[in-house]
Amino acid sequence: MPRVLVLVAQRIALGCLLLLTISILIFAGTEILPGDVAEAILGRTATPENLENLRRELGLNEPTYVRYFQWLCGMFQGDLGSALSSGADISEAVGYRLKNTLFLAAFASVLSIPLAILLGLIAVRYKNRFFDKLISALTLAAISLPEFFIGYVLILLFGVQLAWLPTVSIVGEDMSIGQRLTVTILPGVTLSLVVLAHMMRMTRAAILNVIEAAYIETAELKGLGKFSVIYKHALPNALSPIVNVVTLNMAYLIVGVVVVEVVFVYPGMGQYFVDHVAKRDVPVVQACGLIFAAIYILLNLVADIISILSNPRLAHPK
Amino acid sequence: MHIWGISPGAFFGLLFCSGIVLSAIFAPLITPYGEAEIVGGVWEPISQKHWLGTDNLGRDLLSRIIYGARTTLTIAAAATLVSFTLGAALGMIAAEAGGFVDQFMSRCVDLLMSIPTLIFALVVLSVMPGTILTLILVMGILDSTRVYRLARAVAVDIRVMDYVEAAKLRGEGRAWIILHEILPNAISTLIAEFGLRFIFMVLFLSALSFLGLGIQPPEADWGGMVKENKAGIVFGIPAALAPAAMIAMLAISVNLIADWILNRTSSLRGKSADA
Repeated sequence: MPRVLVLVAQRIALGCLLLLTISILIFAGTEILPGDVAEAILGRTATPENLENLRRELGLNEPTYVRYFQWLCGMFQGDLGSALSSGADISEAVGYRLKNTLFLAAFASVLSIPLAILLGLIAVRYKNRFFDKLISALTLAAISLPEFFIGYVLILLFGVQLAWLPTVSIVGEDMSIGQRLTVTILPGVTLSLVVLAHMMRMTRAAILNVIEAAYIETAELKGLGKFSVIYKHALPNALSPIVNVVTLNMAYLIVGVVVVEVVFVYPGMGQYFVDHVAKRDVPVVQACGLIFAAIYILLNLVADIISILSNPRLAHPK
Repeated sequence: MHIWGISPGAFFGLLFCSGIVLSAIFAPLITPYGEAEIVGGVWEPISQKHWLGTDNLGRDLLSRIIYGARTTLTIAAAATLVSFTLGAALGMIAAEAGGFVDQFMSRCVDLLMSIPTLIFALVVLSVMPGTILTLILVMGILDSTRVYRLARAVAVDIRVMDYVEAAKLRGEGRAWIILHEILPNAISTLIAEFGLRFIFMVLFLSALSFLGLGIQPPEADWGGMVKENKAGIVFGIPAALAPAAMIAMLAISVNLIADWILNRTSSLRGKSADA
């Protein structure tokens, strides 16, 4: 079997193992609290008999590891149980909200990834000159700004003062794609700005790292223009570090999405997660935590695989 | 351009940070009104009586921001301290012990770092009692993973130095070597990192409070104040922006200072290497 495939298979296996460990961690972590779900549901109306009945009904008398496997199997089958606070089916709520969140995240990625790479290239091209310094100063300021600050400034400016865009991003099922995009612009731009700053700084560092190599000097000495040196020689070699940078910044995207959704009252996973953490609704928190973790691990896996596949040394073994 | 040998950016940063710290310390002396004192109407505009206007319950915004600096800075500093003590101690122990202990601790840290900190914090805070102590511990422990990695990396470099070898041959114990040889040599790198971790904590705490899971009202803290006043934004009332801007300014200031320190130490190193 080619070495590339072995490496890719190894990474996938490792990712699965990591996800399994995280699921144990999340389940165990939320099980350590004193009292249990039955007490939480019944509250003050609990008597020893109806507590016992409810526990039997919910399967809480089973040992912890049995409940863990039941929970995990349910997860795989798309059955996330029901929320404590409302009794509603979690899968249904998550399905609708996950779509919204992915739409928002995709919007932000489409906006920020090409822009970050472009700005990174420009900063390297004009290294230590005015343009580079300007971009560096702006990104330093941007990574210091909390997401809610950027969000509220944008709302105040474009939503209230100029009244170009809606101030609250309410998404309905029957919205056309145009309406949906209009509603997503402000939260999408906020999220992009946060991610963009981090991503651009790292892209600049990654390209600078490659640019110091000897073959770049050769390319310059043989008379290639600055942009074609970057485009033909530096960029292909910088591809794998850039992919890495992009996925590393997905962490900011995932964290950012939680805060930005709350700022814009956007009906996504982040808002749902935070609401139920405040209500101490353990089944929802477990499900959301695992979904966020799974998305993050998956993104890292994709980055690993892309950097393996884009490495010519692995594709043409000696 | 330089003021007393300090770059203008860092000078501004130092000025702003010392201003914030001083006003936090002397909060009761300089604030015109009390922390939870209702002194006027809801969301009054900026006036001579209320320099920044009033908040969602008619409390003086400026006074609350100054009191908020106290809460935010103290808790962020406490969490940074937990994170540093824990991370540095474990990192150095791992580097010095090596072998299985090192492998085990490093894999645990990898595991904790494999999902974003905020997500982890939300899961943990959903079952823990909502006290300030829990908050400090959760933030400190989750962040200590980054300090652990740094401390371990620095200590791995130091422990192969001749003076550590000499101490080992003298028959000193592991604890002695960590405390007397590794720690003093690693401390400057760790202190440089302290500022950045501290500002990360301020942002982290503010995000948690903004989500309603950090410091609970009526105590003022900057993230919580943004949450309290956020309903006014859609009516064009900028009260929520004042505490948010304070967080942003503090973060920019600390970043500017840290940037300057890093540049300065690296240029000093460059000079000594030439000589």
